[in-house]
Amino acid sequence: MAKVTASVYTSHVPAIGVAHDFGKETEPYWNPVFKGYDASKAWLLNNKPDVVFLVFNDHASAFDLDMIPTFAIGCADHFNPADEGWGPRKVPVVQGHPVLAAHIAQSVIQDDFDLTIVNKMDVDHGLTVPLSLLVGNTDAWPFKVIPFAVNVVQYPVPSGRRCYMIGKAIRKAIESFDEPLKVQVWGTGGMSHQLQGPRAGLINKAWDNKFLDQLIDDPETLSKKPHIEYVREAGSEGIELVMWLIARGAMSETKKPRVAHRFYHVPASNTAVGHLVLENT
Amino acid sequence: MALDKPYLDVPGTTIFDAEQSRRGYHLNQFCMSLMKPENRERFKANERAYIDEWPMTEEQKEALLARDLNRCIGLGGNIYFLAKLGATDGRSFQYMAASMTGMTQEEYMQMMVNGGRSVEGNRYIGEKK
Repeated sequence: MAKVTASVYTSHVPAIGVAHDFGKETEPYWNPVFKGYDASKAWLLNNKPDVVFLVFNDHASAFDLDMIPTFAIGCADHFNPADEGWGPRKVPVVQGHPVLAAHIAQSVIQDDFDLTIVNKMDVDHGLTVPLSLLVGNTDAWPFKVIPFAVNVVQYPVPSGRRCYMIGKAIRKAIESFDEPLKVQVWGTGGMSHQLQGPRAGLINKAWDNKFLDQLIDDPETLSKKPHIEYVREAGSEGIELVMWLIARGAMSETKKPRVAHRFYHVPASNTAVGHLVLENT
Repeated sequence: MALDKPYLDVPGTTIFDAEQSRRGYHLNQFCMSLMKPENRERFKANERAYIDEWPMTEEQKEALLARDLNRCIGLGGNIYFLAKLGATDGRSFQYMAASMTGMTQEEYMQMMVNGGRSVEGNRYIGEKK
């Protein structure tokens, strides 16, 4: 049977993608950000998954205001990097796992979560920046990816509680898949940031670090945090952090995870960068 | 009956909710259209004429032409869509962010390097700083 071996959490700031693509990793501004992922890159080489179930959000790239699904699962066999206005990132095409994706869709919808099945979707920085941070430069991503797009742009977005519960349903779905696949679930976005209005630039280090503590030790309580607290304390775009609860919900319910890596840094452009690697023991 | 919108008392912040999305549908789709190079060219050649092809209010059109992002957001714009207008203008995202805060790009960047805008005094409208 397939199993969830680990979960990875990371911000997906577009400027990090630009810095990576233009070889700015060693510049003083960017070096601390990229160094924070060295340990995870090494970890990933030793803990290579067959499939990454990658939770992210689209930023008006694949979905415009004609239609924004709340939860969308990518069931295609490949996903092209999106053109976000400067031409697509020159990173490899993302290879999907349609069979596992369709299995998860069937199972999770039967568990009362209404997923939109997507058979064609370009993936923007929300998905490709985490891949670059954890893998680096490559001609081909070393695992298959199932993109899972969550609406965190148009309110009301799903609650932390709902995200946490859908994570559990995703774990159940993965564990009922007959092939012995190693699957990681990645939650991306955040941490504190606000990109709009006179309050733009908001950062809240204390809140972010408490979020990381609680995500590790007490996700059950964390999942009950209301939206308004994210908005008030971590900025309007800090709401992306509800996506981390999907990955956390997909981890073992009975055993505490092992913290393989933890990193936090301010700033990357407008955003606080947070990163965690949790292993199922 | 009034719906639950607990975020209305957060200062300097407009939450892009279903109501804002309804107001801003055409404005945001106009921004989205700038993802196509041919539309960018037409827009740059005659901004007003291109904008007039979209069924927006005059207020929305003027806010866009003035690049008044706070006004655009108040009228239903969403920052991820407005970013496409900024990209068409060749502006960085930090330039756009700074323009909404009344800071220069340099001042804004420095604030971020220094750890960002503090949440203290920025949680509630009218809160004492």
